[in-house]
Amino acid sequence: MRIIAALLVVAGLASAPVLAQSGTVDALRGRTPVADESRPPPLGNPENKDVRRERAYSMQPPTIPHKIDNYQVDLNVNACLGCHSRGRAPVTQAVAVSVSHYMDRDGNFLAEISPRRYFCEQCHVTQVDAKPLVGNAFLDVDEVLKRAPPPARTAAKPASHP
Amino acid sequence: MRSLLDLARRYWATISRPSRYFSLGFLVIGGFVAGVIFWGAFNTGMELTNTEAFCTGCHEMRDNVFVELRSTIHYTNRSGVRAVCPDCHVPHNWTDKVARKMQASKEVWGKVFGTIDTREKFLDHRLELARHEWARMKANNSLECRNCHGSDYMDLTRQSPRAADMHSRFLLTGERTCIDCHKGIAHRLPDMGTALRSP
Repeated sequence: MRIIAALLVVAGLASAPVLAQSGTVDALRGRTPVADESRPPPLGNPENKDVRRERAYSMQPPTIPHKIDNYQVDLNVNACLGCHSRGRAPVTQAVAVSVSHYMDRDGNFLAEISPRRYFCEQCHVTQVDAKPLVGNAFLDVDEVLKRAPPPARTAAKPASHP
Repeated sequence: MRSLLDLARRYWATISRPSRYFSLGFLVIGGFVAGVIFWGAFNTGMELTNTEAFCTGCHEMRDNVFVELRSTIHYTNRSGVRAVCPDCHVPHNWTDKVARKMQASKEVWGKVFGTIDTREKFLDHRLELARHEWARMKANNSLECRNCHGSDYMDLTRQSPRAADMHSRFLLTGERTCIDCHKGIAHRLPDMGTALRSP
């Protein structure tokens, strides 16, 4: 078990060259000394295909399949709800916000979006077509089920009659 | 009142009399040249008030709406084509422009009496000010948008699927105009809850 863990660490380091070169734990800064300003990586271009993506796991908040540049979400207005609210979705054909988002923490359904769900980008984010920085061996539960050996059929014991 | 009438009568007597000293040619050519100078000066002066430097000359615009514009696509984008204030807020057609400029005398009043001279006052007035612009653009079928964005020349296949869908359903059918959906693209929006409740 310990060997596997060590191998994983090595593999992780190899797939993150920035970390390996700098010998520092801060991968965002890279090799830039603390006193200098690091050069930020170029901004990604969010995908704008409007095709819904698969969730990586069943409870994952769906990712946003379009650009949201300059969408205003504050006290005055929530630009996302301009299309995704219950009332607007039939007109815009956007995915309506789930009913769970109209529920307060006590399970009461509210007329408007629950304040605790108001800031969409806390959970829902755009995606760029970027190469992952580190490897990922995560398996979706469907995949796990597919790979699992079929459950051994234990012969049902005949019920013992008294 | 009586003296005023007398004054008018005396002036009329003067200007209705043929010139005694100046030749007809001098009066015609001089009048023409003076007209050109007057007209040029008037238009140049009006165009001076149609520049970004003029609009942002007051802190009300510079510190509120102009700051907000600077992060939007109408100020900075990949190709560097941009809109300045009058591109969207002043009609380009001459008579409409003069009409809007006369309306803007109210804004001079606001400047003199400090209607929005603090951030708080501006925020209090934001809904009202925004409504003026929405109403104006709704009334002229978003003319200032269409000065650049012609719906006849939009290549829907180059738009994202959702933009193409919305434009073909609402814009091309004439059901909606640009400002109906594209509010708040160049400046922050006022409280839209209030805006939508009480028209």
